[in-house]
Amino acid sequence: MALAQAFPLRPRPGSTIAENVDKLHFFLTGVTLFFTFIIFAAIFYFAIRYRRRTPNEIPPQTQTYMALELTWTLVPTCLVAFIFVWSSSLFFQNSRAPNASMEIFVVGKQWMWHLQHPEGPREINELHVPVGVPVKLTMTSEDVIHGFYIPAFRIQKDVLPGRYTTIWFQSTETGVYHLFCNQYCGAEHSGMIGWIYVMTPEDYSVWLSGGLKGESMAQAGERLFSQYGCNTCHKPDGSGKGPSLIGQFGKPQPLKDGRTLMVDESFIRQAITNPNSMPLADYAPVMPSFQGQMNEEQILQLMAYVKSLAAQERKGK
Amino acid sequence: MSTAPQAKHPLPPVNYLNVNYGIRSWLLTTDHKRIALLYLVSVSVMFLIGGVAATLMRLHLITPHGTLVQPEAYNKLFTIHGVVMTFFFMIPAIPAVLGNFLVPMMIGAKDLAFPRLNLLSWYLYLAGASLTLYAILAGGVDTGWTFYTPYSSTYSNTQVMATALGAFIAGFSSILTGLNFIVTIHKMRAPGMTWFRMPLFLWSAYATSVIQVLGTPVVAIAIILVGVERLFHAGIFDPRLGGDPLLFQHLFWFYSHPAVYIMVLPAMGVVSELIAAFARKRIFGYKFVAFSSIGIAVIGFLVWGHHMFVSGQSVYASLIFSLLSFLVAIPSAIKAFNWTATLYKGSISYQAPMLYALGFLGLFTMGGLTGLFLASLATDVHLHGTYFIVAHFHYIMVGGTVMGYMGGLHYWWPKITGRLYPDGWARFAALMIFAGFNLTFFPQFVLGYLGMPRRYAVYPAEFQVLNVMSSAGASILAVGYLIPLVYFIWSMRYGPVAGPNPWNAKGLEWQTSSPPPTENFEETPIVTEEAYAYNDPPGPEIPATGAIGGAHA
Amino acid sequence: MPEANLHEHSPQLLHHFAEAEQQREASSFGMWVFLVTEIMFFGGVFCCYAAYRLRYLPSFEAGSRLLDVRLGATNTAVLIASSLTMALAVHAAQTGKRKALIAFLLVTMVLGVTFLGIKYTEYAHKWEDFLIPGIRFAPTEALPSGVTLPNLQLFFCFYFILTGLHALHMIIGLGLLGFLVGKALRGRFSAEYFTPVEVSGLYWHFVDIVWIFLFPLLYLIGGRY
Repeated sequence: MALAQAFPLRPRPGSTIAENVDKLHFFLTGVTLFFTFIIFAAIFYFAIRYRRRTPNEIPPQTQTYMALELTWTLVPTCLVAFIFVWSSSLFFQNSRAPNASMEIFVVGKQWMWHLQHPEGPREINELHVPVGVPVKLTMTSEDVIHGFYIPAFRIQKDVLPGRYTTIWFQSTETGVYHLFCNQYCGAEHSGMIGWIYVMTPEDYSVWLSGGLKGESMAQAGERLFSQYGCNTCHKPDGSGKGPSLIGQFGKPQPLKDGRTLMVDESFIRQAITNPNSMPLADYAPVMPSFQGQMNEEQILQLMAYVKSLAAQERKGK
Repeated sequence: MSTAPQAKHPLPPVNYLNVNYGIRSWLLTTDHKRIALLYLVSVSVMFLIGGVAATLMRLHLITPHGTLVQPEAYNKLFTIHGVVMTFFFMIPAIPAVLGNFLVPMMIGAKDLAFPRLNLLSWYLYLAGASLTLYAILAGGVDTGWTFYTPYSSTYSNTQVMATALGAFIAGFSSILTGLNFIVTIHKMRAPGMTWFRMPLFLWSAYATSVIQVLGTPVVAIAIILVGVERLFHAGIFDPRLGGDPLLFQHLFWFYSHPAVYIMVLPAMGVVSELIAAFARKRIFGYKFVAFSSIGIAVIGFLVWGHHMFVSGQSVYASLIFSLLSFLVAIPSAIKAFNWTATLYKGSISYQAPMLYALGFLGLFTMGGLTGLFLASLATDVHLHGTYFIVAHFHYIMVGGTVMGYMGGLHYWWPKITGRLYPDGWARFAALMIFAGFNLTFFPQFVLGYLGMPRRYAVYPAEFQVLNVMSSAGASILAVGYLIPLVYFIWSMRYGPVAGPNPWNAKGLEWQTSSPPPTENFEETPIVTEEAYAYNDPPGPEIPATGAIGGAHA
Repeated sequence: MPEANLHEHSPQLLHHFAEAEQQREASSFGMWVFLVTEIMFFGGVFCCYAAYRLRYLPSFEAGSRLLDVRLGATNTAVLIASSLTMALAVHAAQTGKRKALIAFLLVTMVLGVTFLGIKYTEYAHKWEDFLIPGIRFAPTEALPSGVTLPNLQLFFCFYFILTGLHALHMIIGLGLLGFLVGKALRGRFSAEYFTPVEVSGLYWHFVDIVWIFLFPLLYLIGGRY
């Protein structure tokens, strides 16, 4: 309707979850309006019907009815229980990215977004994605807490320094959508905005190939791996001071203190920035920390490289 | 129909206002009523300062590329608005102004348990307020009133320490006031005043005080840790040194969520008094309303994680916090229904206090229901950090608490000053506030769902229409708040004399003169009836035991 | 009830209380409520300490081993003794023995000052050993496996915050006791009226109890036993 376009009540739904979130939202709107209406209506009706007619009149006192109290306690309780179950299951569904998601890596810093595709292209404050494909964003911050918010997709997550947070979406319609920083981060917080470009798959591959002049994330990571001397200890045949990293991503790794951790993004990040806090079971704790020597994007590139080794067979010991 | 109370009695020749004169008699008073007035002046000044910040913000937001102030200055404005309004108006206003005045009177006592501690509370409030004002004048602070780390602990180079210290000191004021009320209500009730004969305002004051006493120390720790981090850079919240910024959020919200119940529970107490008085009926479901205050206080301590659903908190923790957040809505719903049912077959008059009470009922219902959107995980992921949140909490804090405060001021003004104000102007102002308020904040619900983030100094042009509506409403609201300032001051000199009970209401405070004597009552009252016993047959007299306060449970 | 006949209005009965029993109960109850706020206050810091300890166990254990257990244990004994003398002071007040009251109060204060003196010595040692977080942190021993410098620094952050806040409360307590000594010297207390002594006793015992928690949680759980 023209009216709906002139006075929109919601952002154009752009993702697979948007319609479901909107349904819940409009149900809650209905609940709000309903109860507000009955309270206002009751107030108006009573205020007029029982208005004071003589200055000193004292009305008859009414008794409390337990049945009434129980009713208006239990009915709201059941209502909120229903809403809780509906909302939580929607939330739970939305919290885990599908396995075959396309990955994008995001680094927020005062006051811009750096986004990198694994194939290599890097974007600032913009993200190009193909429509209909699940996209998983792994995000971190260089400095303060930021928030990655795409209203049209009905998703947001805080972006924290020192760790990774993830969200995912699957867009449903090509178009251009707002990206906002949604956790106050300092002077130019309201300038830390951008655009999500959802393209047809054909347009996306054209766009992608245009940006492939540089190295992919894994290639950049491989370059950093030798630049920072990682390959002196992490030899592919495992003969160095540290373990070979081939095939390691996604496997469990025992630590000296008896715990076993999964080698995931957080593990690798902590190993690079604070290795002595997690000495490995079968190795001497001699790895230096690279905290402050490389930025978050470089860490992500190294991670992409290590992930790319996951597919390879382990050679030697 | 004229419901204007007739002034049958002259002003009492000696009352707490004129028993002695001079600045020392005010600045060194231990009379809870004078301390209440000292607070009235101070919180009003802070309200004006917070209001000026809000005015500048709304003026700035009329245009999308606002040119009124630079973004850095805008960030300081919303921070100051939040800090001043939260710590120096919303939390103290009803407890320290109306509570201080009324708690002893409503229980039939001569003063609070610790009058000198009460005065100390006020001086602590002043010290905190002065430090915060210094921070404003010395360049301002731009962290947001929530002081999230690591921005506040490592990155911001504005007056973070001064502001945080100001809030810290004000916290002590809050704790001591709460302590005073708890002890007073337990130990100093008049003979015959059992717990269930207390007016509901006292139940709310008690629940509020419990929250103040239990919650405020935790935000004190949060502030101390930020201060230590700023001074020593030892890594408490700095991930590069092993710290966790989320720890701050847990500490902060563990207090700041119950804090919103500190803000709203006293207003609910006021509303109970107003509805009972202006419908001339006992509050429907007295025990349910009383216990719901306690319920809100208890459950309110268990929901803080709903401010952190998108912070990186675990999914399982979020589920639990979501469930508890839904449950905390139930006691408030119980109150709303009981208040409405009180109107049934009542004898309702519409003087200004009642207009404020009814306004509270409608707006708090709406604001509370919009809380469901935020307790609900799937919608909160979209709404967090947007103007929907801003609208939600302003509906409760302004549409709720400030309305309750205004209603209470209007109701008890004759008792406090002995004078009446012009009710016509008061009703006009109440309606103006109601209209201005809704025009200011309703559009913000829509803005929020459309995705406009809060704390934005500039915004995309498509949001402008709603922002202009909101700013227009703010101008009406501002005028609405200034009108009572004028007639209240006018009334102190020229208002007709009120007499002891201009509203013909029940309650011990109305059984003494207006203004009351310093000792509150000529003789200690003996309570023989339930609260709001408008048409009840007199109850059995509970024999007064030898010890005062011997009627405590 | 003996107190009900206090119509001659003893000077200690404040005007807003109907009788002395009510005033005494109110003061005592008030102090208990205040102590609850202190529990929340220290409890908050303990929770932060627990959270970080869980995350960085090796570093926190190493930090604990760097603390001087003998000085800590001595301080624990000193404080427990001071709680005993404080209780004896309250008892003396209860039984109207003014000289004993003053003596026990003074001994308690001496023990309190001793505690602070030992604490100061510990802090001085930490300064010499370069273990002050943020401004002077460079421990000389090699760090055991699993221990990192920043995480060790975090331990010392909490060590100083916890013991520092505790020491601040001790200093306030000493001020209270000094105030009581002054009043006792002027004969303000009697068997009928000694509420400030009783209430200060509660405070003093609480500060002692906080230390009883601090000592094991900071000094003893370093895996050294």
